[in-house]
Amino acid sequence: MIRYIISRLMQMLPVLFIVSVAVFSMTLLLPGDPTFSMLDEHATSEERQALRERLGLDMPVPVQYAKWAQNVLSGDFGRSLRNGEPVIEMLMQRVPATTQLAIMAIILATLIGVPLGIISALNRNSIGDVAATSAGMFAMAMPSFWLAMLLIMFFSIHLRWLPPSGYIPFVKDPIASMRLMLMPTITLGTVMAGLILRQTRTSMLAVLSADYVRTARAKGLGEHRVILRHALRNAMIPIVTVVGMQMGTMLGGAAIAESVFSLPGLGQMVVDGIFNRDFPAVQGAILVIVTFILFLNLLVDIVYAWIDRRVSR
Amino acid sequence: MTELNQSRADAFEPDQVDIADPDTLALSPPSAPEWRIILKSLMRHRLGSVGLVVCLIVLVTALFAPLLAPYDPAVSDYEAILTPPSAEHLLGTDDLGRDILSRIIWSSQVSLQVSLIAVSVAIVGGSLVGMISGYAGGWIDDIIMRVVDAMMAFPSLILALGIVAVLGPSLTNAMIAIAVVNIPDISRLVRAQVLAVRHMDFVMAAKGVGAGRVRIMFRHIWPSVAGNVLVYASLSAAGALITESSLSFLGLGAQPPTPSWGSMLASGMQYWNAWWMSVFPGSALFIVALGFNFVGDGLRDALDSRIVD
Amino acid sequence: MNLVEIKDLRRQFVQKNGLFGKVAKVNAVNDVSLNVVHGEVLALVGESGSGKSTMGRLVAQLDRPTSGEIRYRGESVTSFTKQQLLQFRRRVQMIFQDPFSSLNPHMRVRAMLAEPLHIHGLAGSRQKVGARVEQLMAAVGLSPTLADRFPHEFSGGQRQRLSIARALAVEPEFIVADEAVSALDVSTQAQVVNLLSKLRRDFKLTVLFISHNLAVVQNVADRVAVLYLGRVLELAPTEELFRRPLHPYTRALLSAIPVPDPTLRRQRIVLRGEIPSPMRPPTGCVFRTRCPHALAECATAVPPLRQLADGHFSACIRDDLMVEARPDTAPQTTTADRVIS
Repeated sequence: MIRYIISRLMQMLPVLFIVSVAVFSMTLLLPGDPTFSMLDEHATSEERQALRERLGLDMPVPVQYAKWAQNVLSGDFGRSLRNGEPVIEMLMQRVPATTQLAIMAIILATLIGVPLGIISALNRNSIGDVAATSAGMFAMAMPSFWLAMLLIMFFSIHLRWLPPSGYIPFVKDPIASMRLMLMPTITLGTVMAGLILRQTRTSMLAVLSADYVRTARAKGLGEHRVILRHALRNAMIPIVTVVGMQMGTMLGGAAIAESVFSLPGLGQMVVDGIFNRDFPAVQGAILVIVTFILFLNLLVDIVYAWIDRRVSR
Repeated sequence: MTELNQSRADAFEPDQVDIADPDTLALSPPSAPEWRIILKSLMRHRLGSVGLVVCLIVLVTALFAPLLAPYDPAVSDYEAILTPPSAEHLLGTDDLGRDILSRIIWSSQVSLQVSLIAVSVAIVGGSLVGMISGYAGGWIDDIIMRVVDAMMAFPSLILALGIVAVLGPSLTNAMIAIAVVNIPDISRLVRAQVLAVRHMDFVMAAKGVGAGRVRIMFRHIWPSVAGNVLVYASLSAAGALITESSLSFLGLGAQPPTPSWGSMLASGMQYWNAWWMSVFPGSALFIVALGFNFVGDGLRDALDSRIVD
Repeated sequence: MNLVEIKDLRRQFVQKNGLFGKVAKVNAVNDVSLNVVHGEVLALVGESGSGKSTMGRLVAQLDRPTSGEIRYRGESVTSFTKQQLLQFRRRVQMIFQDPFSSLNPHMRVRAMLAEPLHIHGLAGSRQKVGARVEQLMAAVGLSPTLADRFPHEFSGGQRQRLSIARALAVEPEFIVADEAVSALDVSTQAQVVNLLSKLRRDFKLTVLFISHNLAVVQNVADRVAVLYLGRVLELAPTEELFRRPLHPYTRALLSAIPVPDPTLRRQRIVLRGEIPSPMRPPTGCVFRTRCPHALAECATAVPPLRQLADGHFSACIRDDLMVEARPDTAPQTTTADRVIS
């Protein structure tokens, strides 16, 4: 097991390296002189030269990369070009909102997707199944920003139940925080709920027709027991895998939800950074998001390997 | 040890007799070309046919937009700002007095353009990468797959945002971004297929007949791969559509005055009471996305059933 | 004259287990030396794992040897340039075992048969190509009207015929038939084997016939080489091998061929034990672990392939056994057993 973890970590390192190179080279790839994008047109050539030197753009590329990587590893992500704030602080301020949103969205998606998927599988081709499967398909095709707008129009404008934007940290006031997060969570979690529903249904169907379920039934175990203990446990493996893999896509969708609902998260940091041409902020946020996803995938693989051993034993 | 001997008793198994009778074979009609079989199967699939109809409608709308749209989408009627649906403007007007129905119709061009072009580029690029990687193997495969893994670590929207950040907001750059975002998935898919087919006897037979690498890749390996790529293409068309809309929504895709469902929704966010500005473009987007998804599902089922054959 | 000369041919497969795992080495073909005479049918027989299929691929240059030499018409095959290799592929063609995976499922028969012509620059006008395709199909006994069909529309036997047709397209002189009939049922086997014999006569082909079925081999081969765990144990003209097998392994094989004569009493030689793993072959003679006549000396060195009679070679140190050729170990074949054309 340890060997597996180590080998996966070793596999991850080159990928992490390439990711860091890609993020680093964002400023390099800007067409023309990057200072033109970062400063406005009225800057003088001395100011440009000063910026160039400050950013170390004179030095050869690998040296620039090494310096940048060194800084990043010691926690220095540079300073925002908009307000000079250290990017690391901005990141730390933004992480809670995104994390809360992501966790709530996954919980919602799982709470909806798994039970509906199970029921669907158990009552195959019934009206309930068709309805649930259709709902799942609709959920997966739904553009998240439109869903967000519909939610706002209904709950904020029409019913006046929920405010359309705003954020309170969870630790300050959990209830109010979750209330403000409700619509963003639905926005983000719907697509995932659809995916989980479909995957649960597929897995359960596959598992229910498997031999060991027949054996359990033949042993005379009650249907509930058969389903919960035997079938579901084995069906969970691909479900967990799908959830893990979709986390990445979800963090992308978080950018939209955070923009629409004005949540101070990492996704919004990327979008704002692009509009403000604040590349250190953009780079920092993207790097954090992707690194997190890589480690999450690693975790999913490890959990999967662990479950797999238990099952095959 | 015993396998070395063919039991003569086997000769008396009646159902194993193979009669090479060309005449009986000639009675059954020859197989139709493969894509026709797939298309037929797709049309029989309930959802798939619905999806096909939607795609056709979008295609027609996009091609005949100038004829179908009642108004010029860029022309403002300052007398009719933010009017709800009426006889004159069936779906209402926006904050600049532009007819929403016309804008929705013209947006179909943008969406179709982006989906088709970006996905096509992604297919060509991804297939090349996947085939080279799968067929060459060795260190070439290792390096390419590491880069692909790295790209896949980015959430697709974030990667698209990154590319647009570098290239600048425009529809063309959005297309490039979407194409790049889809290449890793397709490479992976194609590579997996290539690995499965690479060691089949007919590939070795082609080598034995003297076929070179290029011929083997395109004539022998690619046809077995193409089916799955097709399914993936339709599914990624749906994703491409959503990504383009998202980018336009954020202001980073289609730039004014080019209408796009995404940017129309963004304007709608500023005028909540003018619900027609949000509901109609969003519905159009949603329906088309569903249509693409249905086609993708239908194709997948069609191909699965062929494999069963 | 020798069309193919094989000397000390070795093919080693290395299997790594993960990054830090153990490395397993298998010599699928181990120091094999053989010649194929122009115009003959040489059979390679052996169980699975004996290395016969690997040999076929090596001879057809679809696999590279680890060491050793293969000469075709005197030229060393392994050092061919691209051009020379292409010419080689005109002369040497291979027929594969599995009729279901050796034909491209997406290619119509016409395209498949025309492809070798295009590759080697033998294609003329479309009419000429079409005529050649029809000629090839007729030669293997299939109606040319089927040229526009896909492989999955044919039966196993018909597909093997198509494989043969494909091999014949470039007018080769040497065919490697790798278990070409093993996947077919017995009566189809008969038909295809007959076809091969006929084509061999008509086109003056040299054939390397790989099989695990001694009965088929007896009907088709001029000479037989017996392989076991990558080594040649016996090599002799067919009739001689079946009449007077010298190696204990060959004797055991022949004794197990069933014969449809219930009155015939025979001594069936049963080998002890299981075939050893190719990853850990026995030292010395590879057969010694199952040989009823093994001695301690058999483990010390690999017995060389020695000529013991005219054209008859055996790799066994037990000279004392060679004298007695027990007549009842050879299966009696009657005309009824011979394949019906």
